[in-house]
Amino acid sequence: MTMAPPTGTPGTPGTTARGVAGGLGESARRPDGGPKVRGEFAFAGDLWADGMLWGATLRSPHAAARIRSIDVGPALAIAGVATVVTAADVPGSANYGLEERDQPVFAADVVRYAGEPIAAVAADHPETARRALAAIVVDYELLPPVTDPELALTGEPLHPDGNVFRHLTIRHGDPTARGPVVVEGTYEIGMQDQAFMGPEAGLAVPAEDGGVDLVVSTQWLHNDRDQVAECLGLRPDQVRLTLGGVGGAFGAREDVSLHVHICLLALRTGRPVKVVYSREESFLGHVHRHPARIWMRHTAEPDGTIVSFEARIVLDGGAYRSSSYHVVANASCFAAGPYRVPNAHVEGLGVRTNNPPCGAMRGFGAVQVCFAHEGQMDKLAAACGIDPVELRLHNALDHGDHLLTGQRIDGTLPVARVIRETMALPLPEPAADELLSRPGAAGRTTDAPHVRRGIGFAVGFKNLMYAEGYMDGSEAACVLVDGLATVQCAAAEVGQGFVTLAQQIARTVLGVERVLVAPAETASMGSAGSTSASRQTWMSGGAVEQACLAVRDQLLAHVASTLGCAAADLEIVGGAIRSVPGAALDVDIAVEDAAPGVPFEARRVFHHRVTLPLDADGQGDAHVSMACAAHRAVVDVDPELGLVRVVQLATAQDVGRALNPLSVLGQIEGGCAQGVGLATMEELVLEAGKVRNASFTDYLIPTALDMPEVVTTLVEEPEPGAPFGAKGVGEPPVISSTPAIVAAVRAATGVDLTRVPIRPQDVALADRPR
Amino acid sequence: MTDTTYSLNVNGADRPVAGAWLGESLLHVLRERLALPGAKAGCEQGECGSCSVLVDGVLTCACLVLAASAVGASIITVEGIGPAERGEMTIVQEAFNDAGAVQCGFCTPGLIMAVHDLLDRHPDPSALDVREAISGNLCRCTGYGRVLAAVEVAIERSAR
Ligand code: FES
Ligand code: FES
Repeated sequence: MTMAPPTGTPGTPGTTARGVAGGLGESARRPDGGPKVRGEFAFAGDLWADGMLWGATLRSPHAAARIRSIDVGPALAIAGVATVVTAADVPGSANYGLEERDQPVFAADVVRYAGEPIAAVAADHPETARRALAAIVVDYELLPPVTDPELALTGEPLHPDGNVFRHLTIRHGDPTARGPVVVEGTYEIGMQDQAFMGPEAGLAVPAEDGGVDLVVSTQWLHNDRDQVAECLGLRPDQVRLTLGGVGGAFGAREDVSLHVHICLLALRTGRPVKVVYSREESFLGHVHRHPARIWMRHTAEPDGTIVSFEARIVLDGGAYRSSSYHVVANASCFAAGPYRVPNAHVEGLGVRTNNPPCGAMRGFGAVQVCFAHEGQMDKLAAACGIDPVELRLHNALDHGDHLLTGQRIDGTLPVARVIRETMALPLPEPAADELLSRPGAAGRTTDAPHVRRGIGFAVGFKNLMYAEGYMDGSEAACVLVDGLATVQCAAAEVGQGFVTLAQQIARTVLGVERVLVAPAETASMGSAGSTSASRQTWMSGGAVEQACLAVRDQLLAHVASTLGCAAADLEIVGGAIRSVPGAALDVDIAVEDAAPGVPFEARRVFHHRVTLPLDADGQGDAHVSMACAAHRAVVDVDPELGLVRVVQLATAQDVGRALNPLSVLGQIEGGCAQGVGLATMEELVLEAGKVRNASFTDYLIPTALDMPEVVTTLVEEPEPGAPFGAKGVGEPPVISSTPAIVAAVRAATGVDLTRVPIRPQDVALADRPR
Repeated sequence: MTDTTYSLNVNGADRPVAGAWLGESLLHVLRERLALPGAKAGCEQGECGSCSVLVDGVLTCACLVLAASAVGASIITVEGIGPAERGEMTIVQEAFNDAGAVQCGFCTPGLIMAVHDLLDRHPDPSALDVREAISGNLCRCTGYGRVLAAVEVAIERSAR
């Protein structure tokens, strides 16, 4: 299906195949849409409790230091300050971490990055808390920060666990095979921030059992809970997490941020404590996208057939591990892009430095390598004298082909189709020349005769779900009474629309329109896993489907027993229980009326198929499924000023099946915006490890004037084994949008751009053909 | 911190503010003292527009205004822009909900205020006018595509 640029009202509710409005395949409305537009939806930072204190965190201004002493006395002396906590007050494990517990709750003796928490205070007013932070005296002995990952690789260990988070080697095919055409390049990716709009926030309330109740904005309640409980020295059941309204996530909420601090403050004071990060603190308080330096060499036959691929990928993981181990895997496994590569050698490295910690961000390793491999494909096309799109089609992966890891693609991966469908989308109409729509937009600095247009193309792919043998699962529960279904799952709704999907699934399976989605929390639900890796539609959607199917079967069995027929004689069609064609009985009862007052309940855990670890050569069936997308970018550039304006992005995306087309479109457009940002403006600038632009004044993200029109085609080839055939759709839009834009800027200017974001000086000061 | 007492006119009602620190922003007072958390604190630096309210009819970043300086002004927040009845929505709110303009929703109250302000001044803005009018409202989820679609829907429905 092709979607036009913004017009009209897409997705008016109609009827599903089963005749119940708002089911799968429709653009059903969000259940939280009304409250959100009215300002009534409670985000984690909107919460309030009687007698509540305000918490705040003291962070190191230095990237590397030894702490000689900390004096909290002056802070405690301030009227209104209830408590100050430091590393000495952490009752349980001193460290936390998403995968390995390598990150101190508070730095005790060593500071490893600028922004590392040192202490936390609770006070009667946020201003009192800020003054208390300023009054804490920390005596630092400054150390030279190690900020270059290449130096960290060979330097003194910055942490007892060493400086290498992972070194992954992939050897595939014949290591000596080479083709006659050789292209080589080195590419750099700056540090991007997720920059979700709702800063980290939580409310912790001490409980009578000595535990704590925490409402928090997060991506993974249960993993947070386990880390918090360990650090507090409590049993997991004494730490009860409930999802607060989440103002976007994009990977940045997968790690624990304020969680332990706020619970500690609440337990110490015996009072509810609220913490809301400022924007600056948010930039310092969560992980970022790994900056990368990537070398690649491709060899090919003169007709463009890829013969060999070599890469060395160095990802700067910053001070702590977070998910670096798996980002290295993704960057390495997908380093060559969605192309047939018979012979490969990849070295992937994740390195510890004194830079801010890096971890998950939408695209998770695939973004960095896509910028590099797509630059290479354009170079290869030029070297072979072949059209760059044709070269990609010629080498495109498909079902039945193999990844660099030797894994056979046994699901769908319509790479050639997304390329063709992207190219078939219309190019932009020539627009009226207005100052605001020239490069530099609001700056109004560009003269029309200077503007040059360019078109670029890129394609990318990545895996869906966790990999390498991780035993992933998600639990969901469903209750049906008198036609009202209640679905519960601990999957974090972060804006992506899982709550809508859960309703749609229940409507379609159960034939009821009224579906409530109960809050996501840890006390009554098992883990749903993380809202990341494009996995919740598959994993938690699958769990909701199974719970609903079990309820449906109970309902049909109940009705069958009252009617004296077999359950197999009954089915749910269009909100009614009907006899199947050919059954002895003729049944037609509304689901609502089928079993007055009788509740049906089920709880199910969903697992995807088993994956395997990678072996010593990086070979193995490590991934569950993959999705691809292509982007074509049209840009206008003012080469004198180095200003870029993206005029249009066209994209076709492999979605399996669009369960809510409007939501899918929203994911695609939102992901494209983050790709525009990485291509043209977004970078956390570091100086000796310190972030110099931790604000929206200095870290720019695209506004409505920066965003181009996005024209979209959804490629629907149902994925075998995926619930409803649907693939996760959140990540592919950010992968190839950035390289497509850079290719377009190269085309417009002739400048060989090898770094993102493109800075004005990269274009304006470059040697370029006149 | 010296505390003061004053009164603000918010959504048509006089709301006493007692014992407040004089340094508090209008955003803080609305959210933390007057139980009106609809305006959001996305940056507290005037960059994101999530805190947008109307002060004497002028679209304003509540984070940049000292609450005590808004005494005597008429303040309208997202909670007061629509019909009072529970569950009712303005044409703009409805259009956002229908057109898929809401994902996480953190930017939404600010955008609702900005779009109301635009359409009150220009019932039939050009596409570029709309982009410029909402360019002070950052949204990280939608890429603005469905937001712009929602504004078109609102314009269309308002014209009926
Ligand atoms: S919070 Fe006021 S503009 Fe961002
Ligand atoms: S919907 Fe999330 S920031 Fe706009």
